[in-house]
Amino acid sequence: MAYSNKVIDHYENPRNVGSLPKDDANVGTGLVGAPECGDVMKLQVKVNPATGVIDDAKFKTFGCGSAIASSSLATEWLKGKTVDQALAIKNTDIVNELSLPPVKIHCSVLAEDAIKAAIADYKKKQTATTASAAKEAQPTA
Amino acid sequence: MAIKLPIYMDYHATTPVDPRVVEAMVPYFTEHFGNAASRNHPFGWEAEEAVEKARKQVADLIGANAKEIVFTSGATESDNLAIKGVAGMYREKGNHIITAVTEHKAVIDTCKHLEKDGYRVTYLAVKKDGLISLDELKAAITDKTILITIMAANNEIGVIQPIAEIGAIAKEKGILFHTDAVQIAGKVPFNVNELNVHMASLSAHKMYGPKGVGALYVRRRNPRVLLAPIIDGGGHERGMRSGTLNVPGIVGFGKAAELCKQEMATESERLRNLRDYLNDKLHKQLDELYINGSMDHRLPHNLNISFAYVEGESLLMGINDVAVSSGSACTSASLEPSYVLKALGAGDDLAHSSIRFGLGRWTTKEEVDYVADKLTSVVSRLRDMSPLYELAKEGVDLSTMVWQTEGH
Repeated sequence: MAYSNKVIDHYENPRNVGSLPKDDANVGTGLVGAPECGDVMKLQVKVNPATGVIDDAKFKTFGCGSAIASSSLATEWLKGKTVDQALAIKNTDIVNELSLPPVKIHCSVLAEDAIKAAIADYKKKQTATTASAAKEAQPTA
Repeated sequence: MAIKLPIYMDYHATTPVDPRVVEAMVPYFTEHFGNAASRNHPFGWEAEEAVEKARKQVADLIGANAKEIVFTSGATESDNLAIKGVAGMYREKGNHIITAVTEHKAVIDTCKHLEKDGYRVTYLAVKKDGLISLDELKAAITDKTILITIMAANNEIGVIQPIAEIGAIAKEKGILFHTDAVQIAGKVPFNVNELNVHMASLSAHKMYGPKGVGALYVRRRNPRVLLAPIIDGGGHERGMRSGTLNVPGIVGFGKAAELCKQEMATESERLRNLRDYLNDKLHKQLDELYINGSMDHRLPHNLNISFAYVEGESLLMGINDVAVSSGSACTSASLEPSYVLKALGAGDDLAHSSIRFGLGRWTTKEEVDYVADKLTSVVSRLRDMSPLYELAKEGVDLSTMVWQTEGH
């Protein structure tokens, strides 16, 4: 299979490989895919609670070169975006940017799923934090 | 010695033609171009003589008589001819065929085709080491069984089936036994009489001969095997395979078989040492490697390893100056991993992480060193970016995890 130069570049020089502290309230983690399908992506975002902007993003991917490139590209795009802007990223944007062939479209779908899962996790944590903060605040009120 | 890149280590897929084979073939393209079926002039006689010499060379490699060799276009045709030929010829005797799940597609799909025509096929499972169970084979035999077709050595994992034992069972029960001997022939001793084989498929391009030529060994005595032809025409090859003979290809096949026979003892030992060296070196440099298939019953030049937590295609991408194969079929239109590895029960994740190494006549120790070191660095790099490796190192049991696979 011939890979596009952009896929090769992301594969050889992946951006933002690594992990963020998953218990941090401002970090959202998405883990999608399954080993038996040949793709697992972990994508994390760190959101500045004051501005709602994604300050940092990291990924780790088990999968083919296109899967690695899709998640690497996703972390690049996420940085500096607000949570709502991040949710607007579509798998087709990734397909176009990386010139993915039809058999690799599932890699971009997985990357979009990973973004959504990471942000959902962040939002869940925020709701929990707000709720517990509200609870703690109650007795003094 | 400087290494020439890329390195070829995929000798199960195909082999380069040995220059000595090319040399033998060349005159048969231009000078001696005759049709071997032309009985009334010297051009035909020369071609026929060359074909008969090659027939003897191929027969000698497997302990057969020259008259028992039917030349074909390759092993896929040989497998088709053996299976469909027996099915067609012995339809009145029965309609049951026994094969195994790890067979080559040329056998499996031929059997599937026959199922549509009303034949019944038993696909034997294999054990974790890739071998079939002889007890299961015996249990599968019915009074309607007309053919057992089990490959000698597997093309992915190199596992050698108990051919002599299967041959003995087939003989005792009076059932015909065909074996796809493509990977074993010319590599380690394989004798159709010692093994009680009735039919065996061979391919020239897997033994340093040209592509587009193969053979089917068809036993003539004890018992005499009859096959219904699958190609009709001029009645060449004792009526079993019509079509003008590929004389240069057959000459090359003969020469290739002769060379394999001459060099088999030293070459198989040399390759076994190199293969074991590769295996040892990888195990010293990396953890969590899993060998697919039995190491005791295996071709000396084959190694198939799963590099846990690393996906096969991304691994191949990282070692793009080394030609090997992966059991991860993310590379093809189907996203299914190798059915052979799945049959071993290794789990799809390990099937996706596998690499097949096939060593051959021009493999050197320097190349093996290069491949082992390159793999070590790429596997390490990919594990550093693998969420599975991270989870495993945190002590998470991946097999009990619930994965989010919705929509995939």
